[in-house]
Amino acid sequence: MWITLQLTLGGALLAIVIAVVLGLGARVHNIVVRGLCRTVIEFFRGTSLVVQLFFLFFVLPQFGLELPAMVCGILGLGLNYGAYAAEVVRGSINAVPAGQWEATTALSLSKTQTMRRIIFPQAWALMIPSLTNYLIHMLKGTAIVSFITLSDLTFHTEQLRVQTDTFFAYGVSLVIYFVVAYILTLLMNGLEVRAKHRLGRGEPLREALSVKAPNTTVAAEGGRSA
Amino acid sequence: MPTTTDSETAPESGAPATAPAIRFQDVEKRFGDNVVLKDLNFEVSKGDRVTLIGPSGSGKTTILRLVMTLEKATGGYIHINGEPLTHELRGGKRVERSEKAQKQIRKRIGMVFQQFNLFPNMTVLENIIEAPVHVLGQSKEQATRRAMELLESVGLPNKAKAHPLQLSGGQQQRVAIARALAMDPEILLLDEVTSALDPEIVGEVLAILRRIADTTDITMLIVTHEMQFARDVSNRVLMFDGGRIVEEATPDVMFTEPKHERTQAFLHAVLGGQEGQIGTH
Amino acid sequence: MNQVWDWDAAWAVLPELLMAFVHVTLIVTVASTAIAAVLGLLIAILRMSVPKPVAVVINFIGDFIRMTPIVVQLLFAYWTFLNVEPLTIGIAVFGIHYSTYMAEVYRAGIESVPKGQWEATTALSMSKTRTWTAVIVPQAVRATVPALGNYAISMFKDTPFLLSIGVVEMVRAGLTFGGNNFRYMEAITLAGVIFLLASYPTSLLISRLEKRLAYNY
Repeated sequence: MWITLQLTLGGALLAIVIAVVLGLGARVHNIVVRGLCRTVIEFFRGTSLVVQLFFLFFVLPQFGLELPAMVCGILGLGLNYGAYAAEVVRGSINAVPAGQWEATTALSLSKTQTMRRIIFPQAWALMIPSLTNYLIHMLKGTAIVSFITLSDLTFHTEQLRVQTDTFFAYGVSLVIYFVVAYILTLLMNGLEVRAKHRLGRGEPLREALSVKAPNTTVAAEGGRSA
Repeated sequence: MPTTTDSETAPESGAPATAPAIRFQDVEKRFGDNVVLKDLNFEVSKGDRVTLIGPSGSGKTTILRLVMTLEKATGGYIHINGEPLTHELRGGKRVERSEKAQKQIRKRIGMVFQQFNLFPNMTVLENIIEAPVHVLGQSKEQATRRAMELLESVGLPNKAKAHPLQLSGGQQQRVAIARALAMDPEILLLDEVTSALDPEIVGEVLAILRRIADTTDITMLIVTHEMQFARDVSNRVLMFDGGRIVEEATPDVMFTEPKHERTQAFLHAVLGGQEGQIGTH
Repeated sequence: MNQVWDWDAAWAVLPELLMAFVHVTLIVTVASTAIAAVLGLLIAILRMSVPKPVAVVINFIGDFIRMTPIVVQLLFAYWTFLNVEPLTIGIAVFGIHYSTYMAEVYRAGIESVPKGQWEATTALSMSKTRTWTAVIVPQAVRATVPALGNYAISMFKDTPFLLSIGVVEMVRAGLTFGGNNFRYMEAITLAGVIFLLASYPTSLLISRLEKRLAYNY
């Protein structure tokens, strides 16, 4: 349980950093930087998470780089979902209306000021729903780290099954995953309400307490991976 | 398309003291194959209030966007106070100026947009002090004091803490005017500032702009469909069609006895055949 | 043994990977996509046609399936239905899991059909079945094709989860080879390359389709 949470949060932190770096990098003018970011994004989106995880765990030791399983897990999850989230970051920044950019030119704001103070805060509100989906995917994705010897929730479920019975063990396990996912969703919805409130778009808090259906725009952003 | 008008009177150095606030020299703007402006030449003196009129698509808004550097001209030169804006003639070649140099000039120009373009992630006050603090380096107190004065003058002293999207369109546009003025611009560009507003709100926004025109010496370049406002505020009117100036006159002359048939047809269309409606107040 | 890349090993493992790709990965992806497409639509329609309390229950079950890991669901089904082929279990679990996603896509599609369409069917006294099959679904489904494609790609990349229930899909085949020869590099890298080669062009195709559909509206 604790391992599962560690992986989710560690992976999420790494993913958001990677997402912002790659997402911003994928829209700069410099074609080398942009091409590099795009390649990294497509690479990690295109090769399955399991493959990446096994690469870190089985292949790297061949070159003498033996990472602890936990590090492999966080690295794998962070890189994979970071690449997906980078597309969200890029898409959200592009979705900020052109008039906002023009206003920053009219006020002579610098590029950094424009991004940090004007564009990103607005894009942030747009990206939260998609990021929530990926956070849940990441939580679900942690279930595969038992493949690389980590004793996560799924691993313990299997032990519990041997001691008790299938229905009980997996029933409990699924409920725990669901509850954690539900709590994470609520937290993210809270963030979204706050972000929207900052934009002066008040939303009743009641809405924050309902689990939102996965945003179909995620599919539009190029699919997901569970 | 070579032109031999006055393009050879080199723009290399101006005399800022007497130079016009804005000077267009053989300016051309094309988007792909679509030529929006062609061989455009005109000047706006300091303190002038010049209104650009003409059918939509005639290139009026593009002119404002060129001055604000939101677009870059594809030919010719634009000078602000005698200084080249985006491009200059250097060694016989038309080259783009450094971003730093452009920025220096841009600071002196303000713009109010048709769609307001207030920053929704900031309060009204934060919108107004953002650039004075972070671009001009004013202290927050100083900028806030000035912002409150400006809010007072646009009639919104108690909206400082409000969020832009909570305001009506007219209120948002008044904040946008205050935001532009907070930079103390020498040149103010007004791009169809009332076009997105409900008809009953238009008056309050125009009244504020009239007062600014009366009480300051800011150079103004205005694109508007409000002919009465154009007549009240401006001292010169340029009629555009097809990316060219077809007629230039004082508002009195332009609105009462336009010479060019295009101008006559345009004014007839926008005023619904009631040219006499425009009067001097 | 210590060289970075061994072509002999790569050539030795490639046929095994491709066999697994064709016999498991592709079959699971296609079959599960078909299930998700049909089942998702049924769920979406069902949810809109039943009384509200029932719809709430359906919603909850959908959320539950969607928000819990496929791997755990696979293991659960595997240990519950011991006499069923693991491959069949895999197809069913993937199909059901993704049908909950597709149901949401269809719901959005159905809601985007203008209200006037419903009113017109009422005005023409059309039956409920006719209304759905002849008017609503054809309009709603068109825009959902790209989403279905994207979910098919995700499913494709999720197929290695099947190794948890002993199905020899591509990664499992690669690991087995790696374990026998003490070389994981070639097997795992090639598996990744195959995933990339299959999924990237497909996703480009889908985004193209998406743009075309968007224009035609």
